[in-house]
Amino acid sequence: MTAPLRSRPVGWPRRLAHGGLILVALVFLVLFLLLPLATVFVEAFRQGIAAYVVAIKQPEALAAIRLTLIVAAIAVPLNLIFGIAAAWAMTRFEFRGKALLGALIDLPFSVSPVISGLVYVLLFGAQGWFGPWLDAHGVKIIFAVPGLVLATIFVTLPFVARELIPLMQAQGSEEEQAARVLGASGWQMFFRVTLPNIRWALLYGVLLCNARAMGEFGAVSVVSGHIRGLTTTMPLEVEMRYNEYDYVGAFAVASLLALLALITLAAKTLLEWRYGDEIAAHAPGGH
Amino acid sequence: MPLQLSHLNRRFTEFAALNDVSLTIAPGEFLALLGPSGSGKTTLLRILAGLDYPDSGTVFNGEEDFLATPARQRRIGMVFQHYALFRHLTVTENIAFGLRVRSWRSRPSRADIRGRVERLLKRVQLEDFGGRYPSQLSGGQRQRVALARALAVEPDLLLLDEPFGALDAQVRVTLRRWLRELHEELQLTTVFVTHDQEEALELADRVAVMNHGRIEQVGAPEIIYQQPATPFVCEFIGKVNRFTVTRNGEGFAAGGWTPDGDPWEGRFAEAQAYVRPEQLRVAVAPSQPAWEARLRHIYLAGSVAHLDLHVPALDQALEADVASEDLSRLGLHAGMELRVAPRSAVLFPRDASGATISEERWLWHAAHRVHA
Repeated sequence: MTAPLRSRPVGWPRRLAHGGLILVALVFLVLFLLLPLATVFVEAFRQGIAAYVVAIKQPEALAAIRLTLIVAAIAVPLNLIFGIAAAWAMTRFEFRGKALLGALIDLPFSVSPVISGLVYVLLFGAQGWFGPWLDAHGVKIIFAVPGLVLATIFVTLPFVARELIPLMQAQGSEEEQAARVLGASGWQMFFRVTLPNIRWALLYGVLLCNARAMGEFGAVSVVSGHIRGLTTTMPLEVEMRYNEYDYVGAFAVASLLALLALITLAAKTLLEWRYGDEIAAHAPGGH
Repeated sequence: MPLQLSHLNRRFTEFAALNDVSLTIAPGEFLALLGPSGSGKTTLLRILAGLDYPDSGTVFNGEEDFLATPARQRRIGMVFQHYALFRHLTVTENIAFGLRVRSWRSRPSRADIRGRVERLLKRVQLEDFGGRYPSQLSGGQRQRVALARALAVEPDLLLLDEPFGALDAQVRVTLRRWLRELHEELQLTTVFVTHDQEEALELADRVAVMNHGRIEQVGAPEIIYQQPATPFVCEFIGKVNRFTVTRNGEGFAAGGWTPDGDPWEGRFAEAQAYVRPEQLRVAVAPSQPAWEARLRHIYLAGSVAHLDLHVPALDQALEADVASEDLSRLGLHAGMELRVAPRSAVLFPRDASGATISEERWLWHAAHRVHA
C-alpha cells in the first residue's frame, strides 16, 4: 500500500469523532458568538433605519460617544507611554523588584474590574482617603470624568506592556548598543532603532488597549455615578437604556460598540497575518 | 597614541569578570583577546566600547580619559557577535546610520554619505546588495555589512566581538584572511575577542590570553605558542602532553627520561611538564634517554599524522605529531614499539601544596638536536 497518509481509510468511530468535534465547535460559535452579534444589529434596526438614526442622534447618546472617545483618547496614549517605559525597564535593565513589577503589570487582568473601580472610590470618593482634601480644593474625581479616565487606565494598563515585553526580550538590545556606539543619542536610538522594531507589536497592543478602553463596563460603572449626558460612557448608556426598556436605543448604541469590535478584530487579524513574526506570539488575555 | 588600560576591575554579582587587568594597545596594532567563555574578554571589549564600565581602574587613549567619554564620542567602530544589523534598514541605510545620526554641523552632505557608502560596499564586496535587508543576506555577508557600518564612521579603534563565531568553517577562513588584508591596508587599531586560538594566532599581531578575569600572558603568537607563561596558556593554546617530573638525586626525571639540569637548585621536589605533540621525537636512538612507547593508533589528518602512544613508564598516553610523509619513512604502523623523548618542554615547579608556580617557569630544550 502506497496510499498517502491522509486518504488512509479511517474507521467510522474515528470519523464520527472528527465530525462530531467540529460540529460541536461550530454550534458553539454560532450559538454564543454569531447569534448574539447578529441580534445586536437585528434589534438595533428592528424599527427601521430612521428609528436607529434617531436613537443615536439623541443628545445623551452623542454625549456618551463623545465621552467614550475622550476617555480613550486620554487613557490609550498614557498606557502607550507606560507600556513602552515598562517594557523597556523589564527587558533592558536589571533591578531589584523586577519580578514584582512584572506581576503588578498583570494585576489588572487578575482583579475584577468592579474591585478596580471600588479602589478608586475608596481613595478619592467623598468618604475616601483623599476625598475630603480633594473636596476642599474643588477637585472632583469620583462621579466625574477624571475617575472614568483613572479606572479605564487601570483596567487597560497591561495591554501594551504585555505585547511589547516578549518581543523586546526576543530582539535583545544589541541593535540599540550598536546605535549607541555608532554615535546615536538616546532619542535617536529610540526613534530610529527601537521604535521601528516594535511598531507593529505596539500598534497591536494599542488596538487591544483601545478596544478595551471603549468597551470597559465594570470599573467605569462603579466610578461613574451614571449622570446622564455627563458621566455615562457608551457601555453605561447601553445598560441604562436597556433598563428603561428602550431596546432600539440600547441596541443602536450597542451596535456601534459591536462595530468597533469587528473593526478591531479585522485590524488585529490583518496585523497577525501580515506581521505575525514581529508581534509576540500570544495576545494578552483579559476579561 | 597608545590605549592604556590600567588595573581594571569589574565584578558581577556571582563572579569577578575582570581582576586587576592592565594592558597597553599600540596604535595600528591588531590585538586578540583570547580566552574561554567567562574569562572576561568580552567585558574588556565592552568597557573599551563604552557599553560597560569598570568598578575601578582607568582607560586612557593617549591623554583622553576614555571612561569619562560617552560611547558615542569615542570614535569607535564595533562589530557585534551577532552583527546587530538594524533589521528594518537596508544595507545602505545600515552603513550610513553612523553618519546620519550626527548633528548637522558634523554630518557629511547627502552626496558625501552616498559616496562613502558606495566605496564601503565596494570594499566589502557587496556592491549589488545595497538595497537588501539584513534578513536577505547570508551570515558572511551580514558580517561584512557590520564591518562596513563600523568603518563608515572612520573610527580610531575597531572592536570585533567573536567576529567569526557564527559562521561556518569555510567562510570563516576566507573572511579571516580578508580581514587581515584589510587591516594591513587600513592600519587601524583593532581589538578582537575570540575563544578560537587558531583564529587568534593566525590573525593577531599580539594575543592576550585571558582566564578568570586575568590576563595570563600577552605576546606575539609565536611567543604565546612556544613559550607559554602559565600552565593555563600551555593547555589552552594548541594541544599539549602533560606529565609530572620528580626530583631524584641531582636532577629531575619522569619514567626514565631526564631533562638535564635544575634551574631551581633543589628548591622544588616536583614539577609539571608540558610538551607539544610536534616536540615529541619518535624513534630516538638507543644511546639516548627515552621512553619505551607503544604506538596504539595513527590518525592521519592531511599533512599531519597524530600518533596515539602509550608509555608504560609514565602510565599514561601521549600524543605525537609527525609529518604524513614520515609515516612511511620511519615505517610507522599501529602496534609497534617506539622510543620517544621530548625535544623541548615547558616546566612549572610545584610547591608543597601541589600548586604550580608560573613565575619559576623553565623552558627546557634538548642539548643537542637529533633528528628523528
